[in-house]
Amino acid sequence: MTATRETTQLPSLPSVYRSRSSVELKEFFRQRESVVFTLLLPVLLLVVFGAVLNFDLRDGVSFTQYFMAGIIAAGILGASFQNMAISIATERSDGTLKHLAGTPMPPSAYFVGKMVQVLAVTLISVVVLLLVGVVFYGIDLPTGTDWLTFTWVAGLGAAACTLLGIAISSIAKNGRSASATVTPFALLLQFISGIFFQFSEIPTWMQTFAALFPLKWMAQGLRSVFLPDALAADEPTGSWELGRVALVLGIWCVLGLVLCVRTFRWQDR
Amino acid sequence: MAARPRPGDPLDPDAAISVRGLVKRYGDFTAVDGLDLDIRRGEIFALLGPNGAGKTTTVEICEGYRARDAGEVRVLGEDPAVGSRAWKARLGIVLQSGSGDSQLTVRELVGAQASYYADPRDADEVLELVGLTEKAGVRAKLLSGGQRRRLDVALGIVGRPTLLFLDEPTTGFDPEARRQFWSLIRSLRDLGTTMLLTTHYLDEAEALADRVGVIAGGRLVEVAVPSALGGRETAPAVVTWTEDGARRTEATATPTAFVAELAARFPGEVPDLAVARPTLEDVYLRMIGDDR
Repeated sequence: MTATRETTQLPSLPSVYRSRSSVELKEFFRQRESVVFTLLLPVLLLVVFGAVLNFDLRDGVSFTQYFMAGIIAAGILGASFQNMAISIATERSDGTLKHLAGTPMPPSAYFVGKMVQVLAVTLISVVVLLLVGVVFYGIDLPTGTDWLTFTWVAGLGAAACTLLGIAISSIAKNGRSASATVTPFALLLQFISGIFFQFSEIPTWMQTFAALFPLKWMAQGLRSVFLPDALAADEPTGSWELGRVALVLGIWCVLGLVLCVRTFRWQDR
Repeated sequence: MAARPRPGDPLDPDAAISVRGLVKRYGDFTAVDGLDLDIRRGEIFALLGPNGAGKTTTVEICEGYRARDAGEVRVLGEDPAVGSRAWKARLGIVLQSGSGDSQLTVRELVGAQASYYADPRDADEVLELVGLTEKAGVRAKLLSGGQRRRLDVALGIVGRPTLLFLDEPTTGFDPEARRQFWSLIRSLRDLGTTMLLTTHYLDEAEALADRVGVIAGGRLVEVAVPSALGGRETAPAVVTWTEDGARRTEATATPTAFVAELAARFPGEVPDLAVARPTLEDVYLRMIGDDR
């Protein structure tokens, strides 16, 4: 054992970021509940819905092709919003955050670790869903610049939902109460945002409510990628409204960031 | 010996922790009510007191977790309310509430904690110190309460702290684990680590602490070396024995002379002879009783 020393050179930010990212990846992938709930559930839903609702919308486009965009949006919501809200509320109530606040870990490292976790889970979720869709249901993959649209819609949506999840975590008393609040809310949003049903079949007032939140816009943006442009006619305004998708998701990013900065706490009240 | 700052004294710049006139209120309740305290570098200071006396509040203000309502605090020369990252790197903190649940293994957690510090101890060396070597590959979630607490201590010392806070560190330990923990604390002291310890176990304070402070009602009631707390060293001894079939007791300032007298009165052994000084527990209970 060596003596107590006083040194000044703290570890560099990148090295702490790496360390936190590795912690966050292990925390997620070793927890069976979170892997099943966040990664496996959307895949099972795709398998079941794809098998049960195997009708054509029109022009030879299957409902599964429509559902593909929605379930990817729902997968991203789970990997970001639900995952962050529940895991951070848990870490706040069990003392993990308070412990970290007492170390010289730079606070930014905690959030970088969470971002890396969301990114990894989102990426895996999207890849697995696409694979299952193509292999089991012959989904037509996007082509050319559609991939670009796919990337920015998914990225911006994940960012907005991550920030909202972090903000919501501060309201919950603990992980269980976060889960009890956030899970039904996310499920409700999925029903009215054009995930499980065609958005055009949902009553207008519900459409209006859904349009306040990011999920509807994420799903709509992703539909523009997976569906032929002729089907844009079924959307509320008869077009994919990609500009508005970017605007609403962007506003939620800013709002989410402000909420995070104003409400984030390292300890229970 | 037990020099104790008075209200209005200036902060001691050489002290590891220097506190003057500390006040903390939660609504109408005053948790800390004008507390003055100096903890010297290299000493083990034990803070004793009943639940709700202000121990944890005081410690968490020194750790930078809570804001104070009045008073001055310096910890390793800095104000904890605005403690820098470099300042935090010189502290080790073992919270009463522990360090959280994790899916990581014991070694991974200690390694991750080490990555936040400039000059950390070797993770395996730390696990050896706290007696968790055999559990290094086990996930933290699966540890028992006492093992979990030893992991908290491992996380507290891996950064090679100058000052270590231990808030009720041995709660849930069996007697053997507590003895092992004591020897760990002594070896850290030998390396020059200053420690502020809160505990409910008076034997622990007596075994480890250079000085003991008793806190009650948000104030320091007394600061002394354990053997002198509450005038213990000069308190009358109580001699008990059996004579004519009855239990007899005598409180005396000169027990040696009294026992010699007794010895002369009896032909052989004095029946059931015992000489006792007030225990730390006796004086402690009297002190916190006075405050209520």
